[in-house]
Amino acid sequence: MTTWTRPPESDDSLVARARWAVADCRTVVAQELLHLVRQPSTFAWQLGFPVVMVLLFVYVFGSAMDVSGQGAGTGYLEYAMPGLFAMSMAFGFMNTAFAVAMTKEKGFIDRFRSMPMASSAVVTGRGVADLLHAAVDLVILVVIALVLGWRPGGGLVATLTAFALLLWLRFALIFVGVHLGLSVKNTEAAGNLFAVAFPFGMISSVFTPPDLMPGWLGAVAAWNPVSATAGAIRELFVSPAVSSGYWIEGHAFAAAVGWPAVITAVFLPLAVRRYGRLGR
Amino acid sequence: MPQHAVYADGLEKRYRKTRALAGLHLAVPAGTVYGLLGPNGAGKTTAVRILCTLTRADAGRAEVAGHDVRTQHRQVRRRIGLTGQQTAVDDSLSARQNLVMFGRLFHIGTAAARQRADELLHQFGLADVADRPPRTFSGGMRRRLDLASSMILAPDVLFLDEPTTGLDPAGRREVWQAIGDLAAGGTTVVLTTHYLDEADKLCDRVSVIDHGRNVVEDTPEGLKRRIGTERVDVVATDPGDLPRIAEVLDKAAATAVESSVDAATLTVSAAVADGVPVLVEVAAQLRVLGIPVSDLGLRRPTLDEAFLHLTAGARGRGEVRA
Repeated sequence: MTTWTRPPESDDSLVARARWAVADCRTVVAQELLHLVRQPSTFAWQLGFPVVMVLLFVYVFGSAMDVSGQGAGTGYLEYAMPGLFAMSMAFGFMNTAFAVAMTKEKGFIDRFRSMPMASSAVVTGRGVADLLHAAVDLVILVVIALVLGWRPGGGLVATLTAFALLLWLRFALIFVGVHLGLSVKNTEAAGNLFAVAFPFGMISSVFTPPDLMPGWLGAVAAWNPVSATAGAIRELFVSPAVSSGYWIEGHAFAAAVGWPAVITAVFLPLAVRRYGRLGR
Repeated sequence: MPQHAVYADGLEKRYRKTRALAGLHLAVPAGTVYGLLGPNGAGKTTAVRILCTLTRADAGRAEVAGHDVRTQHRQVRRRIGLTGQQTAVDDSLSARQNLVMFGRLFHIGTAAARQRADELLHQFGLADVADRPPRTFSGGMRRRLDLASSMILAPDVLFLDEPTTGLDPAGRREVWQAIGDLAAGGTTVVLTTHYLDEADKLCDRVSVIDHGRNVVEDTPEGLKRRIGTERVDVVATDPGDLPRIAEVLDKAAATAVESSVDAATLTVSAAVADGVPVLVEVAAQLRVLGIPVSDLGLRRPTLDEAFLHLTAGARGRGEVRA
């Protein structure tokens, strides 16, 4: 049997540690991506929800909705698709939270932390993998949207900016997911987060213009970070968007950049602190 | 290599209102299998978590493989392996992919990780199922893969937190065999368990822990000796005979301690100093009195009895819960 020389102690220099932090992150990402390859069914299930939502809203409820002022159902696909993209990003934090809770519950975090690897890789690897996952989700949703007849109305730059904004929202929510995933007791509790996530996603301009809601609820919906991203990308896709007169709706792009920045500023330190507390 | 693979002194740890460790002391000689034995909540897992650098102790110090767990955790992490209570293997990857991933995270390089994975699969008897995901494995196989994952660097000290909890008897035997092989290869093993037969079977020395303190430290044999010598058990056929059997046993044993009667199993049991003559005497008396029995025998005390005896004593001496 081979004798294994353990990694040299020179690994402890700052430069070496930074290098390993990147390498370990890549290893964790590779592991996560192997999951997608080996278990595409999980992936399909996660996508199932937005797909069902789009079919429900576009074909069942959408026919009754007058978002363009030109009669019920007209322009609803153009209105709902960007909302759906934003919602799928928003609900993504559930996947992060669930995966983190699973890592904790199955003892993976303990094993990783007892190893000479960079312990940050547990979180950074998760984040990178989730962003890649979100990008794949978006590609699939866009293909479905194109099949249904949706077309982005802006130029290439506008369209790419819209997808960048979507991933920016997803990026910010990684930290919410990590924080919640580390905070909940187990995966079951992480699954129950859906009860919170659902209204968070739905009280927004995703499927319904806020001015069709009662005044106070409309204001909440308009200020929802998901609405900010949805509103901004509707502008970039040149979709019909009825302004309900809320101040925030006139500044959708700024809000779509600003909200995720605020969320990151709040939840990144919280998530880091939570992770550090595992050593308590 | 220091004389002690693990040395801990005065470890204390408090979680909110619970005092998990209250001054634990451990000295594990290199190359031995050392058991931490205690009921649930005794502080075994907390001790392992501190020694594996997962948790910081509130007070006390600990060295593992010659390095301080608090100030030199990087050095410690290169020299230990941990198999926690949950089986930390990725069910979606194949067994080999699991080991290669862990090898890369142990920084031995991808090529070496592949080679090491093959060696470990072979060593732990998983070569035939290397490309199957662990979710298709039996409990014992999953646990062996888990053990293999913590053996990537051939650690100086291997920590096993309840390695056989939840396994069926076949699975336990498999895991025992694997641990025995590792110990024979010179790995120092620290394991926690609440199965006394497991400690008896695997450990060179055992520390009985209760309420975060050492109750006693000894060899498994020594522990058993501590609660007396042999016992004579008589199993009655009729519950009505139990008092008369107890009388016969007490008279023959001639010790200060009265025999114990377990009505559920119809067993009368007495600790005796010199077993065989007492056994012969009891058999003769029962025959003279015409009392039928279904079983009659001499046995050594089990570690369970030693354990209950010792931890009950510790509880009697004072409540340490805050």
